[in-house]
This record gives sequence, structure tokens and C-alpha cells, in this order.
Amino acid sequence: MSEDKSKISELSRRGFIKVGATAVTAASMPMFFVKDAWAAKDFRNNPGNAGSVKFGFNVPQTGAYADEGADELRAYKLAVKHINGEGDGGMLNTMKPLSLKGNGILGKKVEYVTGDTQTKSDAARASAKRMIEKDGVVMITGGSSSGVAVAVQGLCQEMGVIFMAGLTHSNDTTGKDKRRYGFRHFFNAYMSGAALGPVLQKEMGTERKAYHLTADYTWGWTQEESIKNTTEALGWQTTAAVRTPVGAGDFSQYITPVLNSGADVLILNHYGKDMINSLTQAVQFGLRDKQVNGKNFEIIVPLFSRLMAQGAGDNIKGILGTTNWHWSLQDEGSKAFVKSFGQEYGFPPSQAAQTTYVQALLYANAVESAGSFYPPEVIKQLEGFKFDGAGNGPTEYRADDHQCFKDVLVVRGNEAPSSQFDILKVEQIVPRSQVEYDAKIFGGELGPYEV
Amino acid sequence: MIVPSIRNDWVIMAIFTAVVLTAPLWLTPVGAGYPDLLQKFAIFGIFAIGFNILFGLTGYLSFGHAVFLGVGSYTAVWSFKLLTMNVLPAVIFATLLAGVFAVVIGYVSLRRSGIYFSILTLAFAQMSYNMAYSVLTPITNGETGLQLTMNDPRILDGPAGQGLPSTTLFGLDMSGYAGFYFCAVMLIIAFFISLRIFRSPFGLKLLAIKSNQTRMKYTGFNTRPYLLTAFVISGMYAGLAGSLMAITDPLAGAERMQWTASGEVVLMTILGGTGTLLGPLFGAGIIKYFENIFSAMNDGRLHEIFSFLPDWLENIVVAITGEFVGDGWHLTLGLLFMIVVIFLPGGVVEGIRRANGFLRRLVQSSGTNTATLAAEKE
Repeated sequence: MSEDKSKISELSRRGFIKVGATAVTAASMPMFFVKDAWAAKDFRNNPGNAGSVKFGFNVPQTGAYADEGADELRAYKLAVKHINGEGDGGMLNTMKPLSLKGNGILGKKVEYVTGDTQTKSDAARASAKRMIEKDGVVMITGGSSSGVAVAVQGLCQEMGVIFMAGLTHSNDTTGKDKRRYGFRHFFNAYMSGAALGPVLQKEMGTERKAYHLTADYTWGWTQEESIKNTTEALGWQTTAAVRTPVGAGDFSQYITPVLNSGADVLILNHYGKDMINSLTQAVQFGLRDKQVNGKNFEIIVPLFSRLMAQGAGDNIKGILGTTNWHWSLQDEGSKAFVKSFGQEYGFPPSQAAQTTYVQALLYANAVESAGSFYPPEVIKQLEGFKFDGAGNGPTEYRADDHQCFKDVLVVRGNEAPSSQFDILKVEQIVPRSQVEYDAKIFGGELGPYEV
Repeated sequence: MIVPSIRNDWVIMAIFTAVVLTAPLWLTPVGAGYPDLLQKFAIFGIFAIGFNILFGLTGYLSFGHAVFLGVGSYTAVWSFKLLTMNVLPAVIFATLLAGVFAVVIGYVSLRRSGIYFSILTLAFAQMSYNMAYSVLTPITNGETGLQLTMNDPRILDGPAGQGLPSTTLFGLDMSGYAGFYFCAVMLIIAFFISLRIFRSPFGLKLLAIKSNQTRMKYTGFNTRPYLLTAFVISGMYAGLAGSLMAITDPLAGAERMQWTASGEVVLMTILGGTGTLLGPLFGAGIIKYFENIFSAMNDGRLHEIFSFLPDWLENIVVAITGEFVGDGWHLTLGLLFMIVVIFLPGGVVEGIRRANGFLRRLVQSSGTNTATLAAEKE
């Protein structure tokens, strides 16, 4: 360093004091508005006397779950319309009990901001933070992956903003990772297993060997576990359970070993484009035409959606799975929703659309009932809330874990579809009592009301 | 910001400090003055400054720098889980461990130069990324990401109260503006170190490696130790940035190590100006601004912006610009990148310098003053 001839070595004491003084002044300046942030605020993003409130719609617009995200966004926009009293009102006419009056929430007009989760925890949290810190949203909703849901839910708990989860099927979301500020309307992997069990027994008997391919994150893990528990209780054996990365695209390297494993059932714990790819490849490899152990080889996709079924085309025919909701249901709530969604966009809604639409309505309704946007009051309204007419029959938001309990649909890929949307046939509506469980089995803690 | 006549490093530092610390004020009008984005500016600024020490000075293009970012994040979160929620141990351990990784990866990769070096670093990064998803899931928690839980030991903190604890600096909560100021101070320190390296004989040797490594070897220098040192310093910068990401948001995901993240820092540096002091900061700022602000615009927001136009024109303008915002923000960024690379090979900094020179010529056009801009390498 002896050759270093820069000015720094000639720094005088006076120079140092000057620089120091400048730095201190600059450093203290921002304290003005930090203080401002503390003053006169009883909870984060209190709308106060403003004429409108903002919702944050945080959905995947790119990546493996982008189709679901697009449908969620359509449903949210429709929900905002209905809450503000525009359009035909949709489920506002069928949901009971309901405090919403069709004039916004507590007289305030609902607006929204959107963000892209990219199905990545990092991006989803950054987007949610932007909504909370910059746009001042009172509630965040959306997401199409349990990994994202768990990550955003944790953030919302810290920030004190309510999170109404979208499409998330992992047991963890309302199990070990449950949060006081997080709510899930969608069903979960445990319920899928419980609903599928009896149907599988009837269709495939009790002597089967199952091979799992599992998306390698929280949802895949818990679904694999739940389905395994169910099938092993039936007397099935589990040959192997292989984890595959999300968004792999090509699953052939995972499917080839299935052929020689001696298994006679393939269970695909995949979702979105992953499921479309893995199912298509499994069918191309001729799995469904095979005979193993003297039985027809079967494929099961425990979590189905119509969007996925559409992507998988003919390969889906005859395959069993479960779903949260289907547009062909004939109750009043479903009919009203399908009608207004169809009028708006020209095609029927997916299960993702239904669950997110209902979530937005439930939040708005809870605020209206509470008479305040103050989150702890809203949470208390939602906890234990019983309602009907939202498409799933009588439903309850269980207070212990913020999970909705309702009927589950067992569906099968339609052998003779009458239209491009008529791809899934509802095989059985499994009553709520059959899929209920004790909230304690998954552990976890909700945490405090006040943050 | 930097007028070529300013020679005194302390003045540069003072201006830099003032500009960084007042960022919340002057970034608010453009919609970027909220804590999360400000933190990102500072964090990715550090990442890019560190990357520039390697790429800008030695010309070695590492295509796997995100691996150090990931290592830093994971280390920091583990420090929160096992030791304490205080951020200082997290910063120290993360920077050191990233340095250790950099020694190992650098030792192997630096045996080759040029494209082979880039490919080697890319291979290491992809390897680490895939391992984080597969065999290392007990450490990384795979796709879900490593998170804090209620039953972490946190041996220095004692039992936690209600709810998850948040990261602190001796009791000061590290979210929101406090988190930004912590990152900002780190950025200022990082910038200062980088400035000193640029001005030092060590920096000169790195530049000599860039211009002609063979000649340097003939004059009797063993270049490998210098390269390795630069690589390790740059890796530690990335580790520091990674730890700051975990501090402002205690969650670490493997996607931070993906090749796209490595590519992003290359883009930042080139966009801002390779080999300049401030360029990488500009680049980081531009990319993060696009990612967070442009990607969140939707048609409703555009209608607000263009509401001054007549209705029919407004609709046309919104229809066209709508393609470039929201999920089309990559398109805008790509166009901007092409424009910069084609017309301003020296990045944004060159643009500023040219504009500056142009203004000066306008002012001094009458005089015969030939105060040309001795294209000072910042």
C-alpha cells in the first residue's frame, strides 16, 4: 500500500470533521418520516375516513401455475364488482348469512392492486410487501402454491395484514404452519385422502402396489403422506415414493423406473403444468395399457382441476381424483357464480376461481359484520363462521386452525365429454363428516391476534 | 452525480452517503420510496458492486455468483434459528462462509479463463442449486424455503414470547425503514471498500490482469493469488448481500441460487457500466425498479396515468403500453438492455458522462477552454 498516492492519505482533521458532520446530518434526516409512521396509527393500513379500500391480489402470472393464476385474477375482479354492487351480484344473492349490502365494504368502494408471485416464495413475499408498504392494502389474497401460501402467510402475520389463501392444498398451510392472520377456504391433502379411500377400495380392491411421484415441496410431501396413510390403511403396499422438482418439464426419467418396479398403481402428486406433463408422458409410455400382477395398471391424480384436465386432453379419461368444486354442481350458489362468471368471460370458472371468489367475499363480509377493518375483530368474525350458498354446501371456518370444512368431490376424467369444458364427471360428493379430522394432529400454533 | 473534476474520494463518499441515506425522500415521487424496494436497491447494489470487483477489474465473467448469495441467506437464517435474532452474527457468519465457498469454487474455476471460467462457475452454481433441492433438503428445506419456527433453539435469546420473533439489531426491529438504514450503512461501507480497492495497487494489478494477463506473467507476477483474492472478496460481497436479504425477510429459498439470479447481476453490471464505481448501483436500481414497479402496473393504473389524453387516444396508448408493463416487464427491460448495449457500450455511466460533456460544451462553447474530459476511469 506504500505506493498508494490517493488523496485519502492527505485527509486533515478538519476534512474529517466536515465529512462526519455531513454524514450525521444526512443520517438523521429520515427520522422525520419514520416518526410520522408511528404517529396516529392504531393498525397497519387503517383506511380511516378514505372513500375506498384496496385488496391485494397476489397470483402467479408466470410459471408452472400461471393458468390457475389467470383464472384466480378473473374471479377476484368479478368479486370486486359484486361487492361494489356492479354486475348481477353473483353469490351475494345466495350466500347466507351475509352482511354485505352491495355498496362496497362499510360504504367504502373496493379497489385492487395485482402482483406476480412467479410461484416463488421470494418473489411472492416481495410482491406482498410492496402491496402492504406501498399500496396500503387491507387484505392480501391469492397464490397457487402451498410453498408461496405458507411464505406469504408468515409475512402477513408479521405485518398484521389478513391473508386469505387461494389455491393451497398442503396440510401445512392450516397445520404446522398455520397463522392467526391466515385463512384457507380450499380443502387439503388429508381431505383428499379421506375422500378417495372408499372409492379406491371399491374400484381397485385392497391388494395393490402404489408408486408415488411427488412434487418436491410442502404440498407434495403432505399429499404423499396423506394418500399413503389412506392407501396403506386399505392394505395397499407402497413400492416407492420419488420426489421430482417443480417445473421439471420432462418426467420421462422418473416414469421409466415405474415400469419395472412391480407397482400396479401410479399416484401423481403433481399439479398444474407438471401434472399435465407427467400424466401425458405416463400415458405415452403405455402405462395404462399394461397388466401388472394380473391387474390393470391404474393412474391416480389425487388433486384435479379442470384447467389441468383441459391441458392433459384425452389422457385424463377415466382417471380418478378429488376436487374442491366443479362448475357442473347444481346448487344455487354454484349456478349463480357460473352464470355471472360465464357472462363476464364466456367460459365456466375453475375451482381456483371459485375458492378465490369466495375468499374475497368472506373477507368483505367479515369486515362488514365486524363494523371495522381492525384485523383482530375481522379475524374473530371469520373464526367459527358458518355459511351456506357458496357452492360447497354448509361450510364452517374452523376456529382452531382456520380451515374450511365442507363436502369434497371425487371426480373422474369424463370418457365422453360433451364440450371442451365437460371434462370431469363428479363421481361422488363425499360428505363433510367423512373428511373431518382433529385440528391437533398436525401441530402448529396460530399465534397472537395483536401483532 | 460524479463530475469528473471531483477528485477527492472523501467528497465522493460524503455525496454518496447523503444520496443513499436520503433515498426514501427522492425516490418517493417515482413510486419507489417504500421500505421493501429501498432494501432491495441497497442489497442488490452491494451484490453488483462486489460482482464488479471481479468482472469490472479482472474481466473474469462469473456466471454463478448467485451461489454465494444463497449461501449467505441460508447461513443467516440458520444463525437466526440456532443462535440469536441479532443480525450481527448473521452478517459475520454469512460473509465468512460465502468466503469459504468462494475459496473452494474460485480455486478450481480460476484454473481456466474466458468462457471456460464462466462455464465452470455456472456449473458450480447449478450444482449447488440442485443440491439445495435434493440431497441438502434437511439444511435448505427444499422448495418451501428455510423459515423460522417457534421451536428453534436460539440458544442466546432464551425462550421466545408469543409469535415468531423478528430480526433485531440490539432491540431495533430490522423491518421497514430501520432495515433499510441498516442495509444502507452496509452499502456505504461496501462502496467505500470497493473505492479503496479501485484506487489501490491491488486494484491496478487486477486491471493489469484484465488488459494482458500473459504480459503480466512475463514480468514475474503470479496472477493466480490476485485473481483468487478478487474472487473471494467478490464472493463475500455476495454473501453479505444474501445475509441482508435474510435479515430484512427471514426466509431463504433455493431459487436465489438459480442461474437466472446469477445472470441478473451480470445484467445489472453491464447495464450500469462495467468497471465503473457507480455503474453497478445504477444497474441494480434500474432492474429492481422494473421488476417491482413495472411488473405491478395493470391497465387500470395506465388509464390513470394517461387520463390527460382524449379518450380514443388514451385507449390506443394504453393498449400499446399495456404490453410492456405487468407480466410484459421483461420485454421492456430487454429493449432497454439492447439500447444500452448498442448505443452506450459503457452503460448508464457512459450515458451520464456523455450528457455531462455535452452540457459542458454548450456552456463553454464561447471560450477556447479545452477542458476535455480525460475519460476518467472511476
